[in-house]
Amino acid sequence: MAKKWKVRANLKGDVTTVKALITHPMETGMRKNKKTGKKVPAHYIQDLVAEHNGKKILNADWGPAVSANPYISFKFKGAKVGDKVKLSWVDNKGKSDSHDVAVK
Amino acid sequence: MINIRRRKILKGTLAAGAVSLAASAGILTPQTVLAAWPKSAFSAKSVNDAVNSLLGSSSLTGSSDINIKTPAIAENGAVVNVSVDTNLKNVSSISILVEKNDSPLAANFNLAPGTIPFIKTRVKVRKTSSIIAVVKSGGTLYSAGKEVKVTIGGCGG
Repeated sequence: MAKKWKVRANLKGDVTTVKALITHPMETGMRKNKKTGKKVPAHYIQDLVAEHNGKKILNADWGPAVSANPYISFKFKGAKVGDKVKLSWVDNKGKSDSHDVAVK
Repeated sequence: MINIRRRKILKGTLAAGAVSLAASAGILTPQTVLAAWPKSAFSAKSVNDAVNSLLGSSSLTGSSDINIKTPAIAENGAVVNVSVDTNLKNVSSISILVEKNDSPLAANFNLAPGTIPFIKTRVKVRKTSSIIAVVKSGGTLYSAGKEVKVTIGGCGG
C-alpha cells in the first residue's frame, strides 16, 4: 500500500510553502466498471483542513472534479522552523484521516 | 382568452411540480455529508448557479490581478494542474471552476488571514473548457479564466 500522505512545509523568508499529496481514489460516481457495467460509487474527499499550531489557516471544499490522489499547495505567513502543520480530510463516506509535519 | 389562461395555469402547475420534485429529491438523498459542505454548489450545472450558491452572488468582476496557470493543452484531462495567485488584498476565498464539466465547481478554498492568496492543485477536465478562478476579496467577487484544450477526457472517459 502506497503511503497515504506526502507533505512538506518549507520556510523561506517569512513565507511557508506547504505541498501535499494525498492518496485517495476520488471516484466521481460516473465511471463504470468495464467488466460489470456498473457504476463505481462516488468516493471523494469533501473537506480538507490545514492548521498551523492548531490554528486554522485554510479549509477546502472539494467536489469529485479534483483529480485522484489530490495534490495541493498553498503558502502562509507567520510560521517558524519546527512549527506543526496539520492536514486532515473527510470524504463523502465519512472516512477521515490526518497527518502532521514540522516546518523545515 | 380562456385558452391563454389555461396555458398559463398549466405552465404554472408544471413548474411548481418540478420544483417540489427537486426538493423532495434533495431531501431523500442521505445526508451523511458534513453540513458545511456546500452540496448545492457542487451539484449546480452552470458556473453562475454554482458561484451564486457558494458565494451568495453571481456578479463577477473580471480582474487582471488574478493569475491562473494551466497547461494550454492537457493530454490527460484527469490530471490538469491549475495554479491561482492574485495581487488582490483581503482574499477570503479562491474557487476553481471548470466551465464544461457537468458540475462546474471543482474546489473552493477558504483562506484565513495570513494565508497568502495562492493555490495550486489538480483537477479533472472533461473536455476542452475554460477554467475559471473566482477570488473573493473584501466582499467582491473577481474572476479570471483560461482555456485548456483536452485531448483525452477526465471524467471516466
